Amino acid sequence: MPDGAMQKPLVSVRGLKMHFPIYAGVLRRRVGEVKAVDGVSFDIREGETLGLVGESGCGKSTCGRAILRLYDLTEGSVKIDGTEIGQAGPETLRKMRPTMQMVFQDPQASLNPRMTLAAIIGEPLDEHTSLTRTEKRERVYELMDAVGLNRDFANRYPHEFSGGQRQRIGIARALALNPKFIVCDEPIAALDVSIQAQVVNLLEDLQDKLGLTYLFISHDLSMVRHIADRVAVMYLGKMVELAPRDGLYGEPRHPYTRALLSAVPEPDPRIEAEIKHIILKGDVPSPANPPKGCNFCTRCPEVMDICRRVDPEFREVAPGHYTACHLYPETSTKTAGQTAASEAAQSIQQGD
Amino acid sequence: MTGMPAPEPSRGWSADSLPWLLAGLMGVSTLALVAGPGWSSLPARVLLLLGFIALAAHLLRGKGRQFFNGPVAYLAAGSLLLLVVLALFASEIAPQNPYDLRQLDIMDGRLPPGSTTFDGAMTYRLGTDEQGRDILSGILYGLRVSLSVAIVATLVAMAIGIVVGIYAAWAGGRTEAILMRLVDLQLSFPSILVALMLMAAFGRGLDKVVIALIIVQWAYYARTVRGTALSEARKEYIDAARGLGLPVRRIIFRHLLPNCIPPLLVISTVQIANTIVLESSLSFLGVGVPITRPSLGLLIANGYDYMLSGQYWMSMYPGVALLAIVASINLVGDRLRDTLNPRLRR
Repeated sequence: MPDGAMQKPLVSVRGLKMHFPIYAGVLRRRVGEVKAVDGVSFDIREGETLGLVGESGCGKSTCGRAILRLYDLTEGSVKIDGTEIGQAGPETLRKMRPTMQMVFQDPQASLNPRMTLAAIIGEPLDEHTSLTRTEKRERVYELMDAVGLNRDFANRYPHEFSGGQRQRIGIARALALNPKFIVCDEPIAALDVSIQAQVVNLLEDLQDKLGLTYLFISHDLSMVRHIADRVAVMYLGKMVELAPRDGLYGEPRHPYTRALLSAVPEPDPRIEAEIKHIILKGDVPSPANPPKGCNFCTRCPEVMDICRRVDPEFREVAPGHYTACHLYPETSTKTAGQTAASEAAQSIQQGD
Repeated sequence: MTGMPAPEPSRGWSADSLPWLLAGLMGVSTLALVAGPGWSSLPARVLLLLGFIALAAHLLRGKGRQFFNGPVAYLAAGSLLLLVVLALFASEIAPQNPYDLRQLDIMDGRLPPGSTTFDGAMTYRLGTDEQGRDILSGILYGLRVSLSVAIVATLVAMAIGIVVGIYAAWAGGRTEAILMRLVDLQLSFPSILVALMLMAAFGRGLDKVVIALIIVQWAYYARTVRGTALSEARKEYIDAARGLGLPVRRIIFRHLLPNCIPPLLVISTVQIANTIVLESSLSFLGVGVPITRPSLGLLIANGYDYMLSGQYWMSMYPGVALLAIVASINLVGDRLRDTLNPRLRR
């Protein structure tokens, strides 16, 4: 991809680690930790959509939430719009909240069932602005218009809406404070297929209108292909591949990405019959006890000796195309322009 | 979006201020009755009745048909309302004030139901006890004592339980572990035993009964609230609230608490019946309310000595009244649970 390389990143994540402690026994002693996100680095450029894909439990949602500091990070830095929030205190964080927002997976659970639509959308305004009652009502109506909700619904409760409408409420709430960056955590996974397209189109329209930057987390590879500019693939808490959309879907480098893409169903039965599906054997190892070396070595169809010993570096194998795999040895990729992301990734690997 | 139904009465609990207003109203009148001018204040009692009815109406708004699904529901709600009215306005309804010695005549002791006073001015419809007190009047006044003790104890225990439960759920870690082990410890003792020991230590008295009942019951609510709060706190709307940068205080009071209370209200109605039974047991055993303010349990105990001599009315009628109040509260509570519990509805 020739474009974008010069654009400044809005979000930059370096060596993000999110480990959850496991307590056991009568004394609740700490016996280990689930490495939900284990050293992830990437940038999201202003105005782009970064798709984040991976199977269930690979840490993609945790990653999204950690970036918004819904968790206290175990390690790493997150810079949003120039402000470091990775280890920021509550006051800095509060000031940054309007900039970064989230759209949740379950539109039912993400809305307080005891609050009316107007109260839900208006709450961020109460907290972060000092609008008068009339101004606030106008702003709520404006937001409802923006996401395509009828103004008459303002005094209704979430359970009176359909799933798609609820997700629109969630989006309106996220937009209330004019954010720059929105994490969409599987925003369409809980919706009917017929509604999914509506919500995705709404997100795209809003992006065009408001210049939003998205981190779009999903396990729906076709939908990510539709909406994302660049795509990142996660496996067991680590990022295995990050590339521009066409590069990733056209020429996937990492064996895991290839397996993932081969699992996408093809509507045409004649083509479907010819596709060679890569079936991975075994289960995903426990994130509490990841394998030595490459995380994917237990299931990789092209596993080599080195994979079981050395954790591969996350490096650029083609312009803008990063992957962490020993199939692409360093010599072939040592190009002049190593970007910040790969440098940072290396420093993390050395730090391990 | 065209086929939206006409606006219907909204179901479920809103975060608007109405329930709080009602609670406040009832709280103030309860306080007035307990601490202030006492039961002699008619306006306070009328206010309390109105608050009671308004609360019931608020709980059931839009769900009346679901609640009144058969004759049992009508019967239970009707008898509960009747008993509450009788208790509240006992001093106006009762033919005799059993606390006023001037109205009593020792010569009228142990008269069977239907007897009249010597001058024929008054009929003892349910007979008299050994002091010549009208059993019917005793029951009405006793109902008032039983109900008020139970309701006050339940409300305070619930308030303590909510605070402890929410705090434990929110704080987590060691604080939660300590508080919940305390709850386990409390619940592992039979409540009647703990109450007996407490009453033995405190001595008799209305306030002491209430305190003992609170001590044996708060843990029950704390455990329930913690469970609900934990499951609610894991839902995404709490994450959303944190993502909006709302202060903890606001998240708890505006998001967590309103979603924890509805199941609790249902439990508390049934729990009031349990409290009445517990208080009656204590009074029956002679460590409960003072003899000057007999509750239903104490009335039963008073007549107990005469049961075998055929003078059944002294114990039986208070017993029937106790049965009626407990049964109607339980039935109403069950219907409330079926009506309000969203898990049974969907």
